[in-house]
Amino acid sequence: MHEVLFEAMRQSVIDGDPAASSSLAAEALATGVPPLDAIDQGFVPGLSHVGKLFGEGELFLPDMMLAARAMQKALAILEPELKRLATTRTVVGRVVIGTVKGDIHEIGKNLVGMMLSTSGFEVTDLGVDVAPERFVAAAREHNADIVGVSALLTTTMAGQRTVVESLAAAGLRPQTRVIVGGAPASQAWADEIGADGYSEDAIGAVTLARHLMGVA
Amino acid sequence: MRPRFELLEPALIERIIDEALQLLMEPGIKVEEPEAVALLRGAGAVIDGDRARIPEAAVRRALDTVPRQFSLYNRAGVETVRYGSGNVHFDPGSSGVSVLDPVTLEARHSQAADLQRIVRVADALGSYDAVSTSVVCHDVPTEIGDLYRLFVCLMNSGKPIVTGAFSPRGSGIMLDLLAIDAGGHAALAEKPRAVFDVCPSPPLTWSEFACRNIIDLGRAHVPSEMVSMPLAGVAAPITLVACIVQHAAECLAGIVLNQLAQPGAPIVWGGAPAIVDMRTGSTPMGAIETAMIDAGYAAVGKSLGLPTHAYLGATDSKVIDAQAGLETGMTALVGALAGIDMISGAGMLDFLLAQSPEKLVIDAEAIGMAQRLLRGISTPQTTLATGSFAAAGLEGRFLELPETRALFKHEQFLPTKIIDRTSRRAWLDAGGLDAFGRARVRVDELVARPVSAPDPEIASALASCVRAAGAPFGLSADGVLPGV
Repeated sequence: MHEVLFEAMRQSVIDGDPAASSSLAAEALATGVPPLDAIDQGFVPGLSHVGKLFGEGELFLPDMMLAARAMQKALAILEPELKRLATTRTVVGRVVIGTVKGDIHEIGKNLVGMMLSTSGFEVTDLGVDVAPERFVAAAREHNADIVGVSALLTTTMAGQRTVVESLAAAGLRPQTRVIVGGAPASQAWADEIGADGYSEDAIGAVTLARHLMGVA
Repeated sequence: MRPRFELLEPALIERIIDEALQLLMEPGIKVEEPEAVALLRGAGAVIDGDRARIPEAAVRRALDTVPRQFSLYNRAGVETVRYGSGNVHFDPGSSGVSVLDPVTLEARHSQAADLQRIVRVADALGSYDAVSTSVVCHDVPTEIGDLYRLFVCLMNSGKPIVTGAFSPRGSGIMLDLLAIDAGGHAALAEKPRAVFDVCPSPPLTWSEFACRNIIDLGRAHVPSEMVSMPLAGVAAPITLVACIVQHAAECLAGIVLNQLAQPGAPIVWGGAPAIVDMRTGSTPMGAIETAMIDAGYAAVGKSLGLPTHAYLGATDSKVIDAQAGLETGMTALVGALAGIDMISGAGMLDFLLAQSPEKLVIDAEAIGMAQRLLRGISTPQTTLATGSFAAAGLEGRFLELPETRALFKHEQFLPTKIIDRTSRRAWLDAGGLDAFGRARVRVDELVARPVSAPDPEIASALASCVRAAGAPFGLSADGVLPGV
């Protein structure tokens, strides 16, 4: 019924235009469009489109980041209304994500977080330089299904093992899965430290996370 | 600021021109064609057998009428190559006799289908401003070899064409083909699509055919590109500077002939000189000294206000390996920084004997990088950096700034997948191919694209012209024309 509005929403995210996306979100609320529909039929398809073209090499990192920002602006307006209506998005899984202690690189981690959140996961981003105990506390607090641990440096990747061990010591393993990513990581490294998965890129991380949640 | 590379002091350029003018008088130029001799005599040259002593006054008159700039036009009549504009253009090297087989790595005799493949690859790649008659077609009667190559270019690309004739007869029919393409001889003269390479012979000789060619092209007002090729220590003195002097003398003589035939005819100060490797007698096109001669003579040509050309971006390697990459990249960069209007040579291996479409797609990346360098470092924003920090703060989330998205494609040349910038794992996942392996895949992709073919009636007129020209030499009147 609101196809024109949804199309404008998709386009605002594709354009990475936060002013447009937030005014469209406000318009949705003002005209009685269910916020969940605005998210799932309007903004999310825009971000999925950007993610797909990024994977195909047609769009670039700045396009992804600006699209995510536009999406965030829209969500910031729609989410309070979602809460008020006591409706929630169907959550595929809950993910806690962060870059390991001693490492401040976040581009890859941010992309993974963004792709997961737009693919129906509820993502809590702990930021960079995250100590193992913060991963454990956040996993417990948010009842995380998956903990995503990023590291860019060979000198900090050992921190991924520490997170796996800390979650185990806290009694959260194996029910809380751990996925690892970043330039030095690999499937072999994930196997070695007892993590549940590894992905080369943000698109693959979504596939991996869905697989771990038992969703096709 | 446009980056520039200067090898010669202005005072040395003057000495070079002065000695070149002296060479035109003593020993003079060997001129092997009667009409050329007559033209020169009329201009005040002293004729002594087949030797013409050309006075400076005749040279100065010719330099007064030669155009400083001219353009080549694509099939649609759009001006896409501007000689003398300060822009650097690239085209594939011409007249290889073999192609590198990408599977067996053998150099096999080139055929019309190989030329077609090369032309279609060059047509598809933005790095190439023109296509060229890149290889000889061994499956076509020799007598129509030159015009047939042009025919293949006209049938498979809409870009300007760098070509050349093998005989006066071929030259005439080639002008007919170009006129068919342009919509008549007058249209062709007004908007030329092709430039013809004409080669003086080292040292200081204009052969019968080269004279005929440069006179006829001038009269048809078709651009000619002199390809003077001093070979240091063998067909030219050993020093680089002497090669530059000899080049200047040969080209000045050519300009005199051309302008006597038709004042104002477009002509290019070009060449394909080389040093000679004193171990083997070979003439390495990938040698840095070869590139230095080119940059040097280009500076001389520019000092005279002339459009320039050189043969760079080629390699002497037999396969597409590290030698090919470094020689191609280094010499293309020298030519680009020297501001040469048209740089031929991409795709070529083995002393310009072999062409390779795979090398052509790799070289396109080197050309893209060289063109990026030429654009220099610009200041697209009101502040250099403070505005960016004002927007991003000390957190430095520059990736999220709209300016990043708006400007990155201007600031960065984005190579194709020929240049691997992925992680080792992504590279392995994609097959773990080296640049040559990736180029093989890309060539197949490019030739699968739709052909940039002429309108059917033009195509049919071109084919009729070629069949008529080839009939006396065994070209079938109605059989399949290879390469089109």
